[in-house]
Amino acid sequence: MATTAEPGIEVGGTDGRLLPELVSHLRQHRTALREEWATRITAAHLLSAMTPHEISTETTSVYDNYVEVLETGSVEALQQYARDLSERIIPRGVETHEVVEIVLLLRDVLARSLFEKYHDDFSLLNEVLDAYEPAANRIANTVAVSFVDERERVIRQQQEAIRELSTPVLQVRERLLILPIIGVLDRQRTKQLTEQLLSGIRTHRAKVVVIDVTGVPAIDESVANHLVQTVDASRLMGASVIITGLSSEIAQTLVTIGVDLNKMNTIGDLQGGIEEAERFLGFHVTRSDGS
Amino acid sequence: MLVSILRQGDFLIASIHTALDDTEMERFRQDVVTRIGQFRSRGVIIDVAALDVIDSFGSRCLADLAHMARFRGAQTVIVGIQPDVAFAIVQLGMDLDVHTTLDLEEGLALLERLTAGSRTGHSAIGVLGDDR
Repeated sequence: MATTAEPGIEVGGTDGRLLPELVSHLRQHRTALREEWATRITAAHLLSAMTPHEISTETTSVYDNYVEVLETGSVEALQQYARDLSERIIPRGVETHEVVEIVLLLRDVLARSLFEKYHDDFSLLNEVLDAYEPAANRIANTVAVSFVDERERVIRQQQEAIRELSTPVLQVRERLLILPIIGVLDRQRTKQLTEQLLSGIRTHRAKVVVIDVTGVPAIDESVANHLVQTVDASRLMGASVIITGLSSEIAQTLVTIGVDLNKMNTIGDLQGGIEEAERFLGFHVTRSDGS
Repeated sequence: MLVSILRQGDFLIASIHTALDDTEMERFRQDVVTRIGQFRSRGVIIDVAALDVIDSFGSRCLADLAHMARFRGAQTVIVGIQPDVAFAIVQLGMDLDVHTTLDLEEGLALLERLTAGSRTGHSAIGVLGDDR
């Protein structure tokens, strides 16, 4: 989206002189227009998540920013402000449609006041609107896009966090890794699992990896295939893989796609898998009281 | 230097240092198999840690090399396959039916185990196969 660094709005074209007039008009009637705007926001039941005081503060800043954009033609400051604002209000539960409507309301309020001021001279009004409308639309666009961008940034961040948390590769003994998987395995997650596992094998110098899929209800065939490939790839890197906790559904899927069971090491539960891995690596776990 | 083939006791350590084209790959395979006869090696390590990509021809060549070495009395272990390479090989459906380990150290340890007790078995093949 072309939101950043487009210098200058073409305000008014040849009628550049109209602009200062317009801006001073909006400055002059600042209080009245801002109140009118705030009233209409309340009437439309927007921003119910915020207190009247907050609304008042924010609307003042937005108004001033708005007029400033009209004056300077540069949306950069507004963009920055809109981003900060989004960061503040998104956690409060403010929705995209609210933000867009609010900005459009301001546009309409200001347009009305221009109608009122110039209603005697139709052609002058037209020129004023020619100057005002593109800028106003641009502002609405900028604010909405900034809001959505901020929102998407938050979502991306959270997705990243979930992805990283969702496939932990843990070392439980020297050269023994476990990979507990909980939840649905989709294509994306399986791919990530493979990457994490293979790089984990290298960094931990693992010889055995136990993948526990107790927490996975079912997998489709492409994911099952991918899992089998992951096991093969691990073998190429010198690590044996033990899969534990296969549900009957997954077992059925594996049989359906015809997985070569000689290549797959499967054991009923995680405990059994870890014990088997320990045996393979030569660990003997004994209780200290000898019982 | 594209490759090196070093003798280490009863083993050969063959390293590929850079991506090889098909001809170079075949030449490499030929050289290693020849050296097995020359040095009467019982085991071969192929170190591919430096390779970011192994194509289907390459992996096919490596598998063939392992089988040819077996006919000439030597076990082969491929070591140092990178994670991306490992997955690519599997995804392309190339079945590298050979021993693989994480790195050189592991590979040597595995070769020791594989060849333990076979110190007398191979020399006949080594002599017969020495065609240089």
